Amino acid sequence: MIKKGEWVRIHKIILEPAERAPQVPEDTKKVPLEMWDKGFLQANANIGDDVTIETVTGRQESGTLIEVNPYYEHDYGKFVPELLAIDKQVMEIVFGGEK
Amino acid sequence: MIKANDYNSVMSRKAEIMLKSVGIDYSKFESGSIAFDYEKMMRETGYSLEEMQKIQYSVGVGNTPVLELKNLTALARKCAPEGKGARIFMKDEASNPSGSFKARRAANSVYHAKRLGFKGVVTATSGNYGAAVASQAAINGLQCIVVQECYDSKGVGQPEIIEKARKCEALGAEVVQLSVGPELFYKFLLLLEETGYFNASLYTPFGIAGVETLGYEISMQFREKYGKDPDAVVCTNAGGGNLTGTARGLAKAGANTRLIAASVNLSGLHMASDGQFNKKSFTTGHTGFGMPFASWPDRSDVPRSAARPLRYMERYVTIAQGEVFYITEVLARLEGLEKGPAGNTALAAAFALAQEMDQEQTIIVSETEYTGAGKHIQPQLSFARDNGIEIFFGDPAEEVPGKNIILPSHPSLIKARDVDLVHMRRSLIKTAVNTYQVKPTEADIEFLAEETNSSVEFVIETLKSI
Repeated sequence: MIKKGEWVRIHKIILEPAERAPQVPEDTKKVPLEMWDKGFLQANANIGDDVTIETVTGRQESGTLIEVNPYYEHDYGKFVPELLAIDKQVMEIVFGGEK
Repeated sequence: MIKANDYNSVMSRKAEIMLKSVGIDYSKFESGSIAFDYEKMMRETGYSLEEMQKIQYSVGVGNTPVLELKNLTALARKCAPEGKGARIFMKDEASNPSGSFKARRAANSVYHAKRLGFKGVVTATSGNYGAAVASQAAINGLQCIVVQECYDSKGVGQPEIIEKARKCEALGAEVVQLSVGPELFYKFLLLLEETGYFNASLYTPFGIAGVETLGYEISMQFREKYGKDPDAVVCTNAGGGNLTGTARGLAKAGANTRLIAASVNLSGLHMASDGQFNKKSFTTGHTGFGMPFASWPDRSDVPRSAARPLRYMERYVTIAQGEVFYITEVLARLEGLEKGPAGNTALAAAFALAQEMDQEQTIIVSETEYTGAGKHIQPQLSFARDNGIEIFFGDPAEEVPGKNIILPSHPSLIKARDVDLVHMRRSLIKTAVNTYQVKPTEADIEFLAEETNSSVEFVIETLKSI
């Protein structure tokens, strides 16, 4: 049970595939337009329930409860060896005497 | 009365929502035909240069340093013909409050919103502008909503966009994230209608005029330090605001500087495609925005865009993704500066363009942008690799967007490739005639000559061929 007032993330379908704009490409037309938003849960609920939240701007938004205390996990990625090769190359050209 | 909120009903209320949320009656500037009075629009709805400087400096925006990239210049000279290799400079716009030049646009928009009595601002952007608006809204005590295209249908988002969402939230904004598609505009309109907030569009006169201070500063800083204006300015080009504002600011300073636009080449990738969304490694500064907005500016979220880059650009060049990533790494290693990557599009172009210029000449890149987790070459390259994009050293001229990223095997392979501006000018004229379905008047012809930075003769000749 997630308590009223907790900081949560919701998900919602805004447009079903059939409702999508005429100009979107075929692959996009096959999928719905989805939305994610965060806010304070307005009543006790469980993950997967339809809920209402109040966002930081004070708006009410509804959708499916998908996460409680959401946080970011993006990082600096995996090692990319090419970057070290670039460093070595330009150091040699500028400071190593190559012409 | 409860309004219908289906797609078509909301889109049909677009004009009414826009008028209320931007506070500009664009009809005042219309001629009833193709032409509209661009300068009158900029004059009557924008701010003077002095007013903008005052607004921006009061919130810590602008007066950013000009950095000379001596080691990068040395590298360019090693690749250039004898005697060639202009000095390369960069305007360090990352030192603005939100980490990019967009703070200039946002400072004016948010100031204007507050002056008109709006309680909050809404903006539709996946880029640095979101953070800029959030930052300025925080300073001015207004609410802020950022609507962002963020994920594909599998819920996978580019690390760069995720970071931008984080930054907007950190600065107090509500971030409404959407999956791929132009119907972002539909949700944007709904939010404007629901909240009654100001539309902090990137394309209003106050937003664009906010960039004029950038061009003006470049000229003043150069005159003070080097006794002359720079010979060339390169602007990373997407919606055209950076180039338009910088050009207008340089003109206000009386500078006779060449304006060059640069975009990352993403040809072949459809910007609204769910399947291709995560196949591109740049979310802005690319041809997917740059080309359509230059050849037809009135496709933005306001009736008449104040960003009209084709009026000002002398050249338009493209650069490969691999070249921008390479130059971003070089900037860190040779100059000790971690910036970008998207903002380094113009830098990669400048590196190549400097090699066409004499050593006593100067070329400046109009912006840098902040870097951080997600928004950095390492996560962006590693994300691309995870999405099946091949990354290898070779000739970037052979790069196929969506398939590979080719890092130059030698810096001399970095080339600025010219876009056919004559074709682009003709395209704008044709689109104007097709859109308005009128026989162009004399005023229209003059307007189109200004729009395309060409001549009345060129417009007449193009019209004959339609």
